[in-house]
Amino acid sequence: MKKRWLVVNSVIVFACLLTIWSRVVAFAHVPVYILPGPRAVADAIRDRYPSLLGSLWITTGEAAAGLVASIMVGVAIAMTFAQWRGLRQLGFPYTILLQTVPIVAIAPLIINWVGAGILAVSVVTFIICLAPIIANTTQGLISVDENLIHLFLMYKATPAQILFKLRLPNALPNLFTGIRISAGISVIGGLTGELFAGSTRVGEGGLGYAIVYANNQMETAYLFALVFAATVLGFSFFFIVMFLEWLTLHNWHESSRPQMAE
Amino acid sequence: MVTENKGSIPEIALEGVSKRFRNASVALKGISLTIDRGEFVTFLGPSGCGKSTLLKLVSGLSPVSEGTLRINGMTPENARDLISFIFQDATLLPWRTVEHNVELGLELEHAARAARKERVARMLELVSLSHVAKHYPRQLSGGMKMRASIARALVSRPRILLMDEPFAALDEMTRDRLNEELLRLYNEQKWTVLFVTHSVAEAVFLSTRVIILAAHPGRVAQEISINLPWPRTAETRESEAFEEHVTHASRLLRGVYQP
Repeated sequence: MKKRWLVVNSVIVFACLLTIWSRVVAFAHVPVYILPGPRAVADAIRDRYPSLLGSLWITTGEAAAGLVASIMVGVAIAMTFAQWRGLRQLGFPYTILLQTVPIVAIAPLIINWVGAGILAVSVVTFIICLAPIIANTTQGLISVDENLIHLFLMYKATPAQILFKLRLPNALPNLFTGIRISAGISVIGGLTGELFAGSTRVGEGGLGYAIVYANNQMETAYLFALVFAATVLGFSFFFIVMFLEWLTLHNWHESSRPQMAE
Repeated sequence: MVTENKGSIPEIALEGVSKRFRNASVALKGISLTIDRGEFVTFLGPSGCGKSTLLKLVSGLSPVSEGTLRINGMTPENARDLISFIFQDATLLPWRTVEHNVELGLELEHAARAARKERVARMLELVSLSHVAKHYPRQLSGGMKMRASIARALVSRPRILLMDEPFAALDEMTRDRLNEELLRLYNEQKWTVLFVTHSVAEAVFLSTRVIILAAHPGRVAQEISINLPWPRTAETRESEAFEEHVTHASRLLRGVYQP
């Protein structure tokens, strides 16, 4: 019952916001290239949805590729950190470095290396998604109850068995925390990358590229449509990850239940 | 089961065993003990007397600093196959169901799958957990978790059981019932048990011998044989002999607590 009320209330709030927006625009006679009303944005979505979907599709691919690559590489790095303490102490500071380096500053460099286009954008996304995955997964891999390690040692478990049957499952909740953070910023990474290296051909860029283009052309209504698409993309990523997390953890982990219930 | 020439090789033998930690504190000093096959030995003593450390030494998880420790003539590291360790927390893997938790040891030893399933099922029946075989640990009560932990320890057919305050976190009723069930299994399977507890009543009820340790440094202070009749049941706790043993042990233990 409570859930249904929440849905109804959310719809009402959204409708109110749209109404206020459209009234303000109409009342104050704001020109459409400064702030289009919701109607103008909806028209832009309807009229230009093929190119909108095209851009959305490109950005989705770039962000997903970068995210998936960062998960695979990040988990692999975290596993080596967990297995060799010395390596962790030497390597971990660079993870923080990775997190603090301004991506805007190195994006041109990446384009220099791999050339403009989808690959460059994926690499940018990969770089900004990597640090949260490494940091969280490493934390989960090394914070195993000492008695559980003892238990495995009593069974003469090999290091590989301890890693795969104890540390890795133990790190799953942390890994998902990392993926959730990275899923959010992967879309930002995609957009940022595209600002620099969106396309090699006109009309074939992703959302970030199209936003710059629309802004230059003063197509503000379409720009709003693009922002809306980017927001929807970020949301979808987040919820897909939440769903996968729930699928994996809801049987046994405390964190996954209340979160989904909220 | 092989009948052994009792007395030739003791099941567990400690000679002048000491344990120093890296920070130079002495946890155990000059412990000499002989434990025969099938004994149920309980260690009582103030915190800091090295009870848990002693179990760690016997399990081989922690090396002896001085003296010799032999299990059936072998070093603890070589005797791991004979030993199961039960910790204070149930230490179940939360991502595994009860049956898969119990199966863990057999799985790590690469035992055949069919044999594994059968032994796990039989073990769960033995500790009355068959009805929750597919449940996850978070769905179980503290007592059930501990039963699962015991099942996991017993499924690999140990000769020696090391139990480090296994029932300390449970309420008294649950603890008493698990004590009785533990003895029922002990009488069937005849392991050698080294048990650590803070409860005098529990020590007396379970053991054939109670060893009282003193602290700083940890050393053997007193030994008491418990010659209560077998089988021991809930009624045993109401007997006069039981009361006398508890009183006696408590008095000796008080002596150790005084500075």
